[in-house]
Amino acid sequence: MADKMLEVKELKMYFQTKKGYVKAIDGVNFDVLKGETTGFVGESGCGKTSIGLTLLRILPDNAEIRGGEVLFKGGDLLGDDINEYVDLLKLSDTDARKIKWKGISMVFQAAMNALNPVYKVGDQIVEAIKFHEPDVTKEESRERVAKLFELVGMDPERMENYPHEFSGGMRQRAVIAMALSTHPKMIIMDEPTTALDVIVQDQIMNEIKKIQERLKMTMIYVSHDISVIAEVSKRMAVMYAGRIVEYADAVSVFKHPLHPYTKGLMASFPSIRGELKRLEGIPGEPPNLVDPPTGCRFHPRCPYAREICKKKEPKYREISTNHWVACHAEAGGV
Amino acid sequence: MNLIEIKDLSKFFPVSRKIFARKSYVHAVDEVSLGIKKGEVFGLVGESGCGKTTTGKLLVRLMDPTGGAILFDGKNVSGLKGKKLMNFRKHVQMIFQDPYESLNPRFTVHGSVKEPLDIQRIGDREEREERIDSALREVGLTPPEAYYGRFPHELSGGQRQRLSIARAMVTNPDFIVADEPTSMLDVSIRAGIMNLMLKLRKELSLTCLFVTHDLAAARYMCDKIAVMYLGKLVEIAETEELIGSPLHPYTRALLSAVPVPDPTFERKRIKITGHVSTPIDPKEECRFLPRCPCSRDVCKERQPDLKEVRAGHWVACHFPER
Repeated sequence: MADKMLEVKELKMYFQTKKGYVKAIDGVNFDVLKGETTGFVGESGCGKTSIGLTLLRILPDNAEIRGGEVLFKGGDLLGDDINEYVDLLKLSDTDARKIKWKGISMVFQAAMNALNPVYKVGDQIVEAIKFHEPDVTKEESRERVAKLFELVGMDPERMENYPHEFSGGMRQRAVIAMALSTHPKMIIMDEPTTALDVIVQDQIMNEIKKIQERLKMTMIYVSHDISVIAEVSKRMAVMYAGRIVEYADAVSVFKHPLHPYTKGLMASFPSIRGELKRLEGIPGEPPNLVDPPTGCRFHPRCPYAREICKKKEPKYREISTNHWVACHAEAGGV
Repeated sequence: MNLIEIKDLSKFFPVSRKIFARKSYVHAVDEVSLGIKKGEVFGLVGESGCGKTTTGKLLVRLMDPTGGAILFDGKNVSGLKGKKLMNFRKHVQMIFQDPYESLNPRFTVHGSVKEPLDIQRIGDREEREERIDSALREVGLTPPEAYYGRFPHELSGGQRQRLSIARAMVTNPDFIVADEPTSMLDVSIRAGIMNLMLKLRKELSLTCLFVTHDLAAARYMCDKIAVMYLGKLVEIAETEELIGSPLHPYTRALLSAVPVPDPTFERKRIKITGHVSTPIDPKEECRFLPRCPCSRDVCKERQPDLKEVRAGHWVACHFPER
């Protein structure tokens, strides 16, 4: 078994709202292996972004972590042994801050709008380095930024530019460079290409893949687009209504999807290659997470739903080696 | 027989950068010509800012063209005003991208669908009610009575988009412009909306311009596809012909950049460099030149015209791949 960078057990995170608790993450288990990309795919509101926010402990005020463990291999950041796991949920705020950026960094959705318009792009990244690694001199950090610019496919001279002089794709590259600047152990990419045009999306995806391979980066890649996940990730988790319904290596998930939701998702996407197939889509709408359906959360939309699915929550279990599914029917109901 | 035909259609937007400088223009749509047959779904594909939405808006006369002609059923409608324009609008409708913004939040479902009938003064009270009922049934909001009193905020994204489609269909138009009707929706809902549009198209023999940035969706929906780049059409062909043997270097790059839902598949990328050049007063050269991997001297000298290279396959390139 390869080296685990992150181990998440029974994680639960709810948002408090006027209408009650929104169960954004409700009992999620997964591992992220060192040097690998783990993809998370699902529709909006399924909890995929919340996972990243919970790991980094940057949740809004109305969020409540209701339980679970998030074990991260980063003891050295807290003065422990490098192979020591720390539970990110139990850290004090000061310790959590030490994990942020040095341990785990994140590229947000539409992060290209996150750059400060009145500072030069290069200076903003230098500042990030200075904040997290006070002993690095200014010259060293500028050098590091120049190298990072090259890594993400930009001319280092562009460090002297302001964000408005960059195109959307370049700003996104700059933000990726910033996330890499503190040499984090793990990086979370939350829909890093969603707001971009196809060609730019493709270039950035390619860049991310190359960087991942070159630096042996450990990465979590979140997207709503299964094609994107297919291209970047080694393993993948399919999320539905706050839970992981299927988790395995990407090839198995695509070749032998087991959960009916995974199958439905795949039959919803038109493809540019191969035969033109009729798209099936999934009937109904994603559920309201304040009051999710009883039993299996997918049952109101599932073509294979039976009596038991309405009553009992299916167990998340390993059906074949490293292929986890949460469905009552053996091998996904077919 | 072409239901819609546009000839050298242009739309320029003035931009003034300096007070005393000569006025500059953004060439959003620049001498575009195309024809859409009756009953056809015609795809207009391109990246953001290429002018595809502007073209759609020009076709339903939500904007006035700077130049060129729009022939609807053989009649030039590009200069219509007042009552005549109103009459023309009976025949055309538009479905917008964002169902969260295109519906009036203070109108109920019933009111939203009724509004176009009121404006166009179609039918008497009874007929209007009938039309509203059948339009909602057509788009799958059944039973319609259950939706009548609801407001947009009580509907999900997919239901809202169905409502927008019902609103567009209720006047029984001949031609519809659908501007990215699925891009704001969740993945599992998208297929349902696309299938709904295909069903309506079959039942009502609708003619439709489908504007999208998503080539895979265009392939699923359209009979023919036109690719747009910086205000110009670069390629037009039947869908499978365009996807199977694209000739313009831009089309090829665009197709090669679409991710494939198969982790074992290695895509061959066609690399193009640089960025889209500015649409403000473009030079007399091929617009794709700065990014083209196979440009030559002649590309700098003049813009290529849209030529029919094979039967029904039009390309604007000096050296189309053969």
